[in-house]
Amino acid sequence: MLKYTLKRFFGTIPTLFVIITLSFFLLHAAPGGPFDMERAMPPQIKANILKMYHLNEPVWKQYFLYLGNILHGNFGPSYVYRGTTVNDLIKQGFPVDLIVGGFALLGALLIGIPIGIIAALRQNSPWDYGPMAAAMLGLSIPNFVAAPLLILAFAVALRLLPAGGWAGGSPLFVILPAVSLGLPLIAYVARMMRGSMVEVLNSPFIRTARAKGLPEHTVILRHALRPALLPMVSFLGPAVVGVITGSIVIEEIFGLPGIGRFFVNGALNRDYTLVMGVTILYGMLILTFNFIADVLYGFLDPRTRHQ
Amino acid sequence: MTDERRRLMRRLNWYPGRGAVGKMETALEQQELEGRSLWRDAWIRLRHNHAAIASLIVLGLIALAAVVIPFFWPYGYAQPDWNLINHGPTFVGAHIFGTDALGRDLFIRVMWGSRISLMIGVVATMVTLVIGVVWGATAGYVGGWVDGLMMRTVDILYSVPFIPFVIILIVLFGRNLFLVFAAIGAVSWLDIARIVRGQTLSLRKKEFIEAARAAAVPGRIIIRRHIVPNLLGIVIIYVTLTIPSIILFEAFLSFLGLGVQAPMTSLGGLVSDGASVLQSYPYLLYFPAIFLAAIVYCFNFVGDGLRDALDPKDR
Repeated sequence: MLKYTLKRFFGTIPTLFVIITLSFFLLHAAPGGPFDMERAMPPQIKANILKMYHLNEPVWKQYFLYLGNILHGNFGPSYVYRGTTVNDLIKQGFPVDLIVGGFALLGALLIGIPIGIIAALRQNSPWDYGPMAAAMLGLSIPNFVAAPLLILAFAVALRLLPAGGWAGGSPLFVILPAVSLGLPLIAYVARMMRGSMVEVLNSPFIRTARAKGLPEHTVILRHALRPALLPMVSFLGPAVVGVITGSIVIEEIFGLPGIGRFFVNGALNRDYTLVMGVTILYGMLILTFNFIADVLYGFLDPRTRHQ
Repeated sequence: MTDERRRLMRRLNWYPGRGAVGKMETALEQQELEGRSLWRDAWIRLRHNHAAIASLIVLGLIALAAVVIPFFWPYGYAQPDWNLINHGPTFVGAHIFGTDALGRDLFIRVMWGSRISLMIGVVATMVTLVIGVVWGATAGYVGGWVDGLMMRTVDILYSVPFIPFVIILIVLFGRNLFLVFAAIGAVSWLDIARIVRGQTLSLRKKEFIEAARAAAVPGRIIIRRHIVPNLLGIVIIYVTLTIPSIILFEAFLSFLGLGVQAPMTSLGGLVSDGASVLQSYPYLLYFPAIFLAAIVYCFNFVGDGLRDALDPKDR
């Protein structure tokens, strides 16, 4: 198990390296720089600014400098938000995403899993077709359609919840963003859960359990449920990607001070260090959750360890 | 011919193929045993899936409308009607979906948007398909360290957060339709490559491939005659499921203002325009949103139906 874990861990390092390198050279290949102004700057000032950010060095030198900084957990200063480092901005925005994304994911699992199980148990009945058609609809409606509709319903018409803003993360302000972010996830979880449950219910060991004469609820809860939940573990990776993508849009709509907005604004303003920092952070998140999923999977299902 | 007679013939070693009776018998047997091909089987299964067939029809109608209607509709997608600005659906001037803040006819814009969204979905999927199939089939068929290297690359790319990269690409290198295609296509070939590789790997060990090898069939003919047709089913399923996800991704880019350039539009662009004025002019969101959701929904249903039809082991 330790060997497997270590192997997985060292497997993530080249990926992280690729992400860092790719984002660095992509941004440096881009035409135009962060300090190209409409009005020409006096050359002396420009030289000083470039020197301050080490932009006067050759690209390979900048690359190793950046790599070294990242190893120390330092994403460098922001080019656009003067006097702030990228670390500050991440520290400021990341908790927002963590709260909204965490609730969205939790809700998706708590709602999606039971729906999927029921659909699988009542296969090819209205209990199956109804929720699955609804889930498909949930996957077909993008976040940025669902979110304004939810605002219209719960904030404008019913006046129950605030239409946007963050207010330091008070619970009422979290609900609508988390729900809009979670809807497609619920649908995804429900469909996946149904698929894996159907597969497990058709496997020989369930037939054996039934043949032993076990009551149906024991068959399902003791024998079928656990193996059917396994794919949910590998859902962690895609779920994080879904939350990241979704949150970029959700933050925009609800005016949340999260990282996605920094990212989009940073890209539009050519704030290279900020964009690189956020991209690498996203990459690290995905890698971490994939790693956790892999280790957890290996722990729960010994077959994967010995492949 | 009675069963008794047939049994008698067998016992007497009177195999069909000799004489008139035998010929008739062979013909009869061939008729009885005429095989249904995989595709025919799949089509029969698909036909019984009413949701998938209905989705196919809806998709066909939308595509047809999106292609044909712009040819004769009295308005262009960028043509303002100064008399009716921000007007709800009306038959005055035939603005059946209403007009937007610039007095442009929403109906024709939805048609053009569907056209562009479908086109992006299909073209980017083709990019995906070519890269994915070539990559996956090569890795699977060649095997060995080539396979290891190619699949390790896919593994690494899987963990790269592609959405930020696409955004960076589009922001930094300017937006044009080609870049959107290339960026989206380059992002989504990984799934297909993995699936094709797995399928090729298992096909390579099958008896009929071995038989073909034993019969000295050259490699390229084995790939063309035996491997590719067997990959086709799974590839078609994934193509049908990739198109809607690409359409949604383009819509996401449009929402961030990185999609198709105005005044041309896509369904995503129309939806995001509509979402911003939802409280005052809700119809500007509803119509494009319905079309977008319908297209994605139908593709998903067709994809699911195809999966059930072509790959029925899950049922």
